[in-house]
Amino acid sequence: MKPQSGSILRNTLTLIVVVLLAWQALYWIVGEVALRSPLQTFAFAAKFMSTPQFAQHLAETAQAFGLALLLAIAIGLTIGFTLGASRFLSDVFEPMLIALYSIPKITLYPILLLAFGLGMSSKVAFGTIHGVIPIALFTITAVRNVKRVYLKTGRVMGLSPLDTIARIVFPAALPEIFAGLRIGFSLTLIGTLLGEMFASQRGLGFLLMSAIGLHNVDLIMALTLLLTVFAGTASVVLLALNQRLYARSR
Amino acid sequence: MRGPLLWRLLVLAGFVGLLEVLCLTGVIKPLTMQAPHRIVTDLVAMLVSGALNRAIAKTLGNAFIAFVIAVVLGVTSALVIHRLRRVRDTLEPLFATYYAIPVFAFYPLLIILLGLGDAPQIFIGAMLGIVAVIVNTLNGLDRVPNVLLKTARVNQMGAVETALRVTLPCASPYILTGAKLAVAYSLIGIIGAEFIMSSGGMGYEISFAYNNFDNATMYPLILLILVVSITINMGIARWEKALMARRGLR
Repeated sequence: MKPQSGSILRNTLTLIVVVLLAWQALYWIVGEVALRSPLQTFAFAAKFMSTPQFAQHLAETAQAFGLALLLAIAIGLTIGFTLGASRFLSDVFEPMLIALYSIPKITLYPILLLAFGLGMSSKVAFGTIHGVIPIALFTITAVRNVKRVYLKTGRVMGLSPLDTIARIVFPAALPEIFAGLRIGFSLTLIGTLLGEMFASQRGLGFLLMSAIGLHNVDLIMALTLLLTVFAGTASVVLLALNQRLYARSR
Repeated sequence: MRGPLLWRLLVLAGFVGLLEVLCLTGVIKPLTMQAPHRIVTDLVAMLVSGALNRAIAKTLGNAFIAFVIAVVLGVTSALVIHRLRRVRDTLEPLFATYYAIPVFAFYPLLIILLGLGDAPQIFIGAMLGIVAVIVNTLNGLDRVPNVLLKTARVNQMGAVETALRVTLPCASPYILTGAKLAVAYSLIGIIGAEFIMSSGGMGYEISFAYNNFDNATMYPLILLILVVSITINMGIARWEKALMARRGLR
């Protein structure tokens, strides 16, 4: 049922062409007030990318995103392995995690601002709270679904708990954990950007927000394009890797 | 089942109690956060006085409209996409990327297209929710047993009748999973849009209160949003569980 990686490439290309056509058509309908054509946007984005201003904001966002992702992965995996290993703990905490996952986290941004202040730490926190829960939830399921036989084998071999995790649980659960990381990646990115939009004076999210405020259509379009391309490329690559992992584990 | 539930309540109570103690002893400054009991009394006072009831009704009403649009359109398009293999393969990368795209960047465009009213906010809310519904509905449609489809064919049902009587009821637990996400996403869309640019609604009131250090308004509003989304989600989850239990799953 799953498409091969060759067809992923073809599908993505088809999708890109369709999106570009729709974009151009929408531009003809809406006009200059609110949109730029794909060509104009590409030209502006290329020009904008070579400015030092862009490099500065990009570095800021990259740093915040990197930190947030690291934190999300570290905390998510820790929660996932702890809860996944114990029936009781996961019975108690998993529904709470699901409830946390379902709340609109955007409403929490004023609280984070008050707690962490304007700047790096609050946007890292915002990115982390978006990414950590899916990673934890996927890891819990993955760890719980590791075959009993594997664990028994490990016990027979007299593996220490740490060795059991490193040599049995982690490899066996990897494809599913990776699926969680893939989703965590996207959500951390969007969380960091949202954090920058509302709670920062630097970074691409802040640029986007100020462009929205000034109605700088060129900049809005160029930034949206760049972010979408980055997020899209990353998630397609991760998806392809994930499918390879699943295929190998079968 | 009683045991974990009790523990969950204890953990929750412990957490709230800890916050209460930290706030009362001044470790958390009143400017950062008010004691939980104050938030609750403020919320009750706010609801009774009715000062913000218009904003609350506006936001929750819009979120509800966005939710209904997302579910109805999402399920319908999933039914169509499910039959068109090629379209589905092409859309797959979009679905994987979708939640990493900063949809709020399109808000200014939507305002120009749809005017400065509730429409662009509802559009964003629905846009955010619809993909979650589509993806989960497709997942559910994939799991409809072939036997049921054959039965439908033997009974000479048309495409619409098959969908209404066989495939949709069979896929309903998965659709509900999508609906749960759509609840959160429609709230995120509406409130986020209100944060960015609007003249009313809970998001607007929260950011207004935040800018004025008016914690007595901000925290109760945030609490209300959290309570509403968690309650709705738990309701749907219960329904989902009942459906699964009736089928002898889980």
